[in-house]
Amino acid sequence: MTEKKGEIMNGARILIETLIEQGVTDIFGYPGGQVINIYDELYKCSDRINHVLTAHEQGASHAADGYARVTGKVGVCLATSGPGATNLVTGIATAMLDSVPLVAITGNVPNSLIGRDSFQELNITGVTLPITKHNYFVSRVEDLADTIREAFQIAKSGRPGPVLIDIPKDVQTALYEYVPMPEVEAEETPDAPEDLIDQAVELINSCKRPYIYIGGGAAGCSLTKDLMKFAEKIDAFIGTSFMGLSVMPNSYDRFLGMEGMHGHYASTMANKDADLILAVGVRFSDRATGKTSKYCKGAKIIQLDPDISEIGKNVPVDIGLIGNIYTSFLKIAERVSEASHPEWNKYVHELVETEKKIFAEEEAKHVDTIMPKKLFDIINEIKDKNTIVCTDVGQHQMWAAQYTDFEAARRFASSGGLGTMGYGLGAAIGAYTATKDRTILITGDGSFGMNLNELATAVTYNVPVVIVLLNNGVLGMVRQWQTLFFNQHYSNTILERKTDFVKLAEAFGARGVRVSNLDEFRAAFSEAMEKQDGPVVIETIIDIDEMVLPMLPPGGAIDDIITAKEQVLK
Amino acid sequence: MRKVIAVYVENKYGVLTRVSGLIMRRGFNIDSLTVGETEDPNYSRITITMDGDEYLMHQVINQLYKLHNVKKVKQLDNSNSVERELMLVKVKNTKENRAEVISATEIFRAKVIDYTPEALTVEVTGPTAKINAFIDVMKPLGIVEMCRTGVVALERGDSIL
Repeated sequence: MTEKKGEIMNGARILIETLIEQGVTDIFGYPGGQVINIYDELYKCSDRINHVLTAHEQGASHAADGYARVTGKVGVCLATSGPGATNLVTGIATAMLDSVPLVAITGNVPNSLIGRDSFQELNITGVTLPITKHNYFVSRVEDLADTIREAFQIAKSGRPGPVLIDIPKDVQTALYEYVPMPEVEAEETPDAPEDLIDQAVELINSCKRPYIYIGGGAAGCSLTKDLMKFAEKIDAFIGTSFMGLSVMPNSYDRFLGMEGMHGHYASTMANKDADLILAVGVRFSDRATGKTSKYCKGAKIIQLDPDISEIGKNVPVDIGLIGNIYTSFLKIAERVSEASHPEWNKYVHELVETEKKIFAEEEAKHVDTIMPKKLFDIINEIKDKNTIVCTDVGQHQMWAAQYTDFEAARRFASSGGLGTMGYGLGAAIGAYTATKDRTILITGDGSFGMNLNELATAVTYNVPVVIVLLNNGVLGMVRQWQTLFFNQHYSNTILERKTDFVKLAEAFGARGVRVSNLDEFRAAFSEAMEKQDGPVVIETIIDIDEMVLPMLPPGGAIDDIITAKEQVLK
Repeated sequence: MRKVIAVYVENKYGVLTRVSGLIMRRGFNIDSLTVGETEDPNYSRITITMDGDEYLMHQVINQLYKLHNVKKVKQLDNSNSVERELMLVKVKNTKENRAEVISATEIFRAKVIDYTPEALTVEVTGPTAKINAFIDVMKPLGIVEMCRTGVVALERGDSIL
């Protein structure tokens, strides 16, 4: 007989105990036949772990994702086998593309029924193979606790990502001993090699037009202050990819905002004209670079990333620094010499002035309609530093990315890489559950229609998310492309729905308001932000022809930037 | 130019699927893939041969490294490694071709491993080029069926993965 070190319990309980041991306080899920045992243990442990029941498993996966994005902790979601598991798929893929640490747990039919097309049986490890960092089918209860620990470690180490654990029902009911263990630490990522860091420093010291390009990889490592110090030391400007939003405060004068397909004019042009780009945790996505063969041909590019496969994947780089972003960056920052580049400064300030001029011209065109920038000015004025902004996908998302002022890190949750319409409401519920900070969802009538069922969840759990629903009656982003590049063939983008969003909100037990000008919006928004007594839908009517500009045309380069639609629609 | 990549992986459920799935979804085109146990039964060795430029090889290797079950990956230097492939080929046994099959088998240092009045089965081992050459000789004689293992390779001398 081996000596007993732990308590004997069933697999379902081992799962819950291991989750608690790993620091999990909240999970998002939906019950079903193959997870009843897990829900039975959740019932018994409800004083130690909080379960949020969503309206749909997809909502649970996005909630876990939103939870993770605003805290940096691993988000956890739970679903039954078969359709429960497949409903998580979009959420897992969303987390994969944006490197969000997630552990998804699914039940499955007992081992004895695997491979027989049993009721609600599905090979979810096969389905999620390309969209997880790693996944597990746990066939023995003996392996369960350690598998969960390993899953948490993989999810949060290096470049984070989602891990799925599929647990057949007989493993949930089998008895085994549980020995508590400490919370696993993320594996340490070593620093970039010294000689390469020195080479990078040399390049930086010899440049004249430095641009620091930050992305999602910089979001998790509290670099804000260090980036500012560094930018001042070498007289550089900072721009961000979509995923790097909320790392830098928008009030910082060396921060030019997002660059890329819908980036700020100044940021995008400064990126193009820089002679040195220090890329920190970015992967040079096609949405950020435009045509890669023409991307930054006059610049030396230094890329710092923990993921070896990202170095030079999308654009060739001069120096690839593979390693811990935080510590490697600090080494570079410490070793570079102070510099000043008056000409570069002057040039960038001219770009900023041009950007202001473009805004003024656009503003003049908005007489009777709401200019999105103005709407966000009001949001920025009323929200506080800690307010979390979540979005869905489309025009509203790009406006949010362009115009929201962030003043603190980890305050933005939006699907960048996968571009998941319907992400936002679940994410907002997750983000609020994690922080209890005021939470706004910016959405559109198209995206909101995809997963508005989670309004029920927000009502049940009294999540006071303020939903700014920009309603233009069309799928605006696709329609914008149709306007500019498809001869105004509005194929299936005009919704012509008769949905009354105010009544819809009320039917769910939420509040609803409809506004059609900025004054009404200000009143409704400030009231909702103040009251915080449950979800509110503010349906905001915007013009059908409103566009997201600037825009790099699909397949075009930065030089092809469109700042006014008249450039295309002659 | 054909390249050989050796991948040292944990010998676990689904690892081959992970490796081949990654190669498929990243759009890499492979010529052959072999897998088998190593000196340590906890690990398997996968040998992949494929065509590709330097960028592609880097991507394959770096993406493979990201798989949790992959422990080591190395592109083998053609000039400093030994490669072998094995083929079994079944040819019709007729009065007209019998002598030629047997003499080609001898010249290629291959072996007849099955002989019936209807067919001859030959085992050939060697680098890929030799296997291809043997197929060319057998084709006009009437190949009934054949199968080849794909390349296995080791570095020369004492260097290891």
